[in-house]
Amino acid sequence: MNDARNDAMNDATNEALAATWSPGRGLGAWLREVRHTEIGKRFVVTAFLFFAAGGVEAILMRLQLSKPNNGMVGPDLYNRLFTTHGSTMMFLFAVPVMQGVGTFIVPLMIGARNLAFPRLSAYSYYVYVVGGLLLYVGFAFRAGPDAGWFAYTPLSGPGFSPGKRMDVWAQMITFTELSALATAVNLVVTIFKHRAPGMSITRMPLTVWAFLVVAFMIIFAMPAVVIASSCLALDRLVGSHFFNHAEGGDHLLWQHMFWFFAHPEVYIIFLPGLGMISAMLPAFTRRRVVGYDVVVLATVTTGFVAFGVWVHHMFAVGLPQLGDSYFTASSLIITIPTGLQIFCWLATLWRAPLRFATPLLFVLGFFVTFVVGGLTGVMLASVPLDLQVHDTMFVVAHLHYVLIGGAVFPLLGAVYYWFPKATGRLLNERAGKVSFWLTLVGFNATFFPLHLLGLHGMPRRMYTYLPGSGWHHLNLFATASAGVLALGILLTFINVIVSHARGLRAQANPWDAESLEWAVPSPPPPYNFAEIPIVGGRAPLWEEPSSRGVVTGLASDRREVLVTTLLDAAPDHRTILAGPSIWPLFAAAVTGVGFIVSMFTPWGLPIAVALGTPVMVGWFWPKGRPTPLHAEQPGSKAA
Amino acid sequence: MIPGSGYALAPAGPQAARLAQVFWGFFAVCVVVYVVVVALLLLGVLRPGAAPLDEAGRLRLVALGGVLTAVALVALLVISIRGGHELNPMRGAKDVLTVHVIGRQWWWELRYPGTAPDQQVVTANELHIPVGRPVLLELESRDVIHSFWVPELHGKRDLVPGHDSTTYLQADRPGVFRGQCAEFCGAQHAQMGILVIAEPESDFQAWLAAERRPAPPVSGLTPDAQRGRELFLRGTCVMCHRVAGTPAGATMGPDLTHLASRRTLAAGSLPNVHEHLRRWVTDAQTVKPGSHMPPTPLGTEDQHSLLAFLEALR
Repeated sequence: MNDARNDAMNDATNEALAATWSPGRGLGAWLREVRHTEIGKRFVVTAFLFFAAGGVEAILMRLQLSKPNNGMVGPDLYNRLFTTHGSTMMFLFAVPVMQGVGTFIVPLMIGARNLAFPRLSAYSYYVYVVGGLLLYVGFAFRAGPDAGWFAYTPLSGPGFSPGKRMDVWAQMITFTELSALATAVNLVVTIFKHRAPGMSITRMPLTVWAFLVVAFMIIFAMPAVVIASSCLALDRLVGSHFFNHAEGGDHLLWQHMFWFFAHPEVYIIFLPGLGMISAMLPAFTRRRVVGYDVVVLATVTTGFVAFGVWVHHMFAVGLPQLGDSYFTASSLIITIPTGLQIFCWLATLWRAPLRFATPLLFVLGFFVTFVVGGLTGVMLASVPLDLQVHDTMFVVAHLHYVLIGGAVFPLLGAVYYWFPKATGRLLNERAGKVSFWLTLVGFNATFFPLHLLGLHGMPRRMYTYLPGSGWHHLNLFATASAGVLALGILLTFINVIVSHARGLRAQANPWDAESLEWAVPSPPPPYNFAEIPIVGGRAPLWEEPSSRGVVTGLASDRREVLVTTLLDAAPDHRTILAGPSIWPLFAAAVTGVGFIVSMFTPWGLPIAVALGTPVMVGWFWPKGRPTPLHAEQPGSKAA
Repeated sequence: MIPGSGYALAPAGPQAARLAQVFWGFFAVCVVVYVVVVALLLLGVLRPGAAPLDEAGRLRLVALGGVLTAVALVALLVISIRGGHELNPMRGAKDVLTVHVIGRQWWWELRYPGTAPDQQVVTANELHIPVGRPVLLELESRDVIHSFWVPELHGKRDLVPGHDSTTYLQADRPGVFRGQCAEFCGAQHAQMGILVIAEPESDFQAWLAAERRPAPPVSGLTPDAQRGRELFLRGTCVMCHRVAGTPAGATMGPDLTHLASRRTLAAGSLPNVHEHLRRWVTDAQTVKPGSHMPPTPLGTEDQHSLLAFLEALR
């Protein structure tokens, strides 16, 4: 066969694929969108908008703390600010942005054309948006929550938080956790069953491993907090006394249920960050990550041990000493897998021929900040040491070193790294480097002094302090530095907006990286891969081109995809994925009605069921022609 | 001037001293680990291509890192458990002073039990303790969760409603140590301070004896203060406050029997001087917005009389 004829055939196939997988045009098509690349981008953009809102709240708090007895922000607003800041950053930024990156990148990395449940991913996004709007509409109407992102009872209960403020919080939690659960289930099935043939589980990219572990962690952690927040909502709505000690309830029950979720949450947030580092390092060091097995096992181990450390948030309540010692030991042990991963990356970086692009700078910034957070975390694991620094500014410093160092630095690196894949344009490198240095210096100058403030007796969550406290100068310095940090982040925001319109056009693989997402054009066509690749190693794009194969025989007139076996990714059968649909949007709207009406009356649930039934019928209404499963092995050929 | 909060690493008692030891032990290990990691990073990054390692060499580097991490963690575990082991060394000690500490939104009630009910001392926001004597604090919350924390003396202990708890502390030197509620407890969490006043045993006993006395009788007051007493007893003050020796016996707010002898107002937020007292009594909501102290609008003359009475409560 000659090449020209081949190309013509390919063009025809690609056109057919594009027609099959495109959502169409117009607002209706936009709302019916189910492509993972689009849903993923929407998740990330929305999450960064909430990140900006949380940042503004942080700046207001820092300004209020810049001098003693400051009258700028009163206690009521301050308490709403720090509650909204914490809730936003945890529930509306950190987890959703990781969901978004996973939704965008995982199918591309494993050679799939979409997620396993395309409509579920759209539902997941819309539910998240409703939850986020609820929090901010509440805030705008002075009904934003004010009892902390941890909402300890009895302060958050009906006796001490009358009104709807904490109901807004409890339902916002339920929305975002529902969204996270839906994404997690989707990712697990996609990763297990939709990998390109040949991508056995031992050839899976480390980034995909990280998202897989995180998805399982979400499945085990989120139900705890959904139950907790629902019990709180019930206490507030119908007086159920789960958390009323006078009627046999217990306030420590809330703390156990909350932290059983909220500690794994920390790992849910930064394990994807670690996965992103594993994705970026090979491109900039020109070598594969050292110790694939070590990194995989460390990630899985972290996922398990993360569920056994939650009591270190509760040392000051005075649980029995033996139990406390166990949690000290487990909280120390979890350092080992994280430490091993860091040493694997250090070994990867060791005297490698580096290319100092912006993503690599953020990775290096990760090392110098995250390790500080890890080490102060080790301090917090010790019962006696924790008794002094618990609930002080020291912990504020620690958690920002972990979450900004461990998640936001890799994430910003990943924004620079994958932006060309998502948009087809490169971000400006010079602006990226300036942004990096401002962020690094601003971050450390803002948060390092808080360690000292904590040791000097400054608790968290104080809207004001006395002139004689001795805390003035460090607070003022932190506030000034927060301005530098904000400037650094703002520069990346501007870079994204400007480069989106005017950036340099990106090739398919601008970084000469190893994994499959770089095999498709930038941005990817609606069907991602014109031909599903056959994977022969851990670094598919660095293998000899002659050894690469592709799958043939998938229909181009239907959304037909290949399902492979769990461990070996051997071809198993073909299936047809769901196409665009408006029902996920309606389903999310009904979910919203149900949860929001439930803040006011127990009739919320029956109303949601009544409205939801027709929506579910619409969602699953058969399309009129059967969609047979093709059990025969699809053919394959070597290129 | 109200003293600032103490430095956790400048301990004034055996508990805080142990905690500081643990801190410095951890600090030393963590600094070493940080220096090693950053050195490895810099050595690796700054000299590309020089003496590269093969794959096996790189894995050896990882293994070495893992072993070093484990060794460091064992060291830290030993430091932590040894340090935490005898944080309550006074358990069983003789001559222990027991004080009942009740966390309220947003102040501290302190009760010193006496041999008879009228020997009990009730005060607020000022914990007097004798130097060198172990003190057992029985902690209880009447509303939401608070946390008792005086950095120079001991770490935190939460006051969880339904879970009464105890903690020991001891001051080894005389001084005024400021503490602060460390668990977010609502609108005025920021202004829920406490002063621990450690004084020699004789001074402490004198203070206790003074606190046991009721308020001065009417005959012992100036005419202005007598008028203030009437205002106090006829006004809204008696709805919440107690003044021993008068019919005022409510326990919603702080006991005012010896208000004038205390150093601060509004839970460690204001120095207890005439002008602050006037503002606090007439317009508490601008001083401490959200607190349960209502404004008391009074004419100038009434203000003067009421303050004369309150300032006589020594």
